[in-house]
Amino acid sequence: MNDADQKVRVAQLSCGPEHSGVQKEIDEAAAAVNAEMFFPDVTLKDVKKAYKEFGLEARSADLKLAIARAKALVDGSVEADAVFIATCFRCSEAAIVRNELRRYIHNNSTLPVVSYSFTERTTSGTLLTRMEALTTIAKRRALLAREKQVGITLGIDSGSATTKAVIMKDNEIVGTGWTPTTEVLKSADIVVNDALTMAGLKMSDIQAIGTTGYGRYLIGEKMKADIIQEELTVNSKGAVYLADRQHGEATVIDIGGMDNKAISVQDGIPGTFTMGGICAGASGRFLEMTSKRLGVDITELGPLAMKGLSKEVPMNSYCIVFGTQSLVNALAEGHSKENVAAAACRSVAEQVFEQQLQEVDIKEPVIMVGGTSLIAGLVNEMGRLLQTEVVVPPYSQYIGSVGSALLASGFIDEKKKGE
Amino acid sequence: MSKVFIYPSTSLILSDMVARFGHEPLGAAIKIRERIQTPGFDSPPLQMTPEDPKKGLKYAAVEVPAGVRGRMAIFGPLIEEAEAAVIVNDSDLAFGCMGCARTDELVKFMIRQRKDIPILEIVYPSNEDEGLAFVDSIKNFLDGLSAKEVPK
Repeated sequence: MNDADQKVRVAQLSCGPEHSGVQKEIDEAAAAVNAEMFFPDVTLKDVKKAYKEFGLEARSADLKLAIARAKALVDGSVEADAVFIATCFRCSEAAIVRNELRRYIHNNSTLPVVSYSFTERTTSGTLLTRMEALTTIAKRRALLAREKQVGITLGIDSGSATTKAVIMKDNEIVGTGWTPTTEVLKSADIVVNDALTMAGLKMSDIQAIGTTGYGRYLIGEKMKADIIQEELTVNSKGAVYLADRQHGEATVIDIGGMDNKAISVQDGIPGTFTMGGICAGASGRFLEMTSKRLGVDITELGPLAMKGLSKEVPMNSYCIVFGTQSLVNALAEGHSKENVAAAACRSVAEQVFEQQLQEVDIKEPVIMVGGTSLIAGLVNEMGRLLQTEVVVPPYSQYIGSVGSALLASGFIDEKKKGE
Repeated sequence: MSKVFIYPSTSLILSDMVARFGHEPLGAAIKIRERIQTPGFDSPPLQMTPEDPKKGLKYAAVEVPAGVRGRMAIFGPLIEEAEAAVIVNDSDLAFGCMGCARTDELVKFMIRQRKDIPILEIVYPSNEDEGLAFVDSIKNFLDGLSAKEVPK
């Protein structure tokens, strides 16, 4: 059995997945990416000792067990490739333990770790991207170590809102394409053709292809992509590459059309990450709606927001419906478009800050990527909340495509050998 | 013979005591091993599906964590069925324990709400003398249940 065939062993630290009926979903998500979940073997004595030593008072026995298992992983008495921490959504005790265990493992080991809070409605599909990222970080570090693009490669990012393509040649971006996502394959065709035209190249010139985003499998299989990869690792790689921060620490924030990603990166490789969003109120969708309501193009929203004062308008987009109500009320009260635009940006930044950025350790530089990073008002509000200057690299809206094209170039040599 | 709900519901020792004194234990007794290799302390014997927690909605609303709802889908009907109950508080992990403290709170509350059944609430012993008194108390309680039964 070679290394690629070996299953990635993911240690599960959890409270409640079996009684919530989601253990099977977790196992299925792991199996889909050639990983297997296991429960670090600890004794009753270990549990009592570890719980006392850790110092966090939890009343639930399964949380005490999770603490003991985390200590066993950090101490090295149990070996794993990655760690998955999962507890019930809406349990405050579990949320505290989950967060502290994630931080403890991240600070005291090199194990990639992701935490998640589930309900009985959590499916393996929801968990798949997270699990795929965990296994990639654990087993494909050599792939993620690539710092330079070589040859001619194509990267396609099929996002929930937009589809993007980038062609890279000898470490330079030579072609780009962008379109709203409608039919996944048709949208991909459009952006690939646009990128090829811009680059002055033909499809036969492309030496390797990478795909990412929600439609990555469909497009990847049709185009016979060399690498089909989830967006957490790809975006991290693309972000540090474009921002020229490939070494050291960084935090990548991607506020997408449907979900958000916050990734703590070390030397271009994600350490901890969170993906999700309670409601579209914390995503690019809310800003899209805001621009429509204000009668401006989404590209004008950022500059408009920069002219406004966000504190002048109370707005809370915890839920997109309530956020829209605030928006309508603010306009009815006579607030200026500029102030409303700024308040919408602040609200989205606050939601991401409160819901997601608490789950990763923010380390500078903070790099914002994705289409929403072009909305200057949002970047400004995020910087204000984090009290740091946020870096927006060139081509930040093409981050997934650039990351895919960069990683795909690692397959050119392999293909040549095979010919 | 009475149906006696036990808490911790996973306690094999408690379940065994109830059975030895001639009653039917209501719980989900599992053997606590020295090494824990299951996801949790009170892993259910059969795999639960996402449909199971929905049955627990009768006892724990949707804003309650799903793990509580799933456990209540198992224990709620048993509490309703019970003709007596024994609650052991502050027990050692080895005696049997439930994985979730929030379920503990709800289960004990629901038992205490059953004003129509005899309930023994007792603290887990910390030394040998207390241990003997502990067993005696449970024995006397269970014997008392038998004495109350109407002869056939």
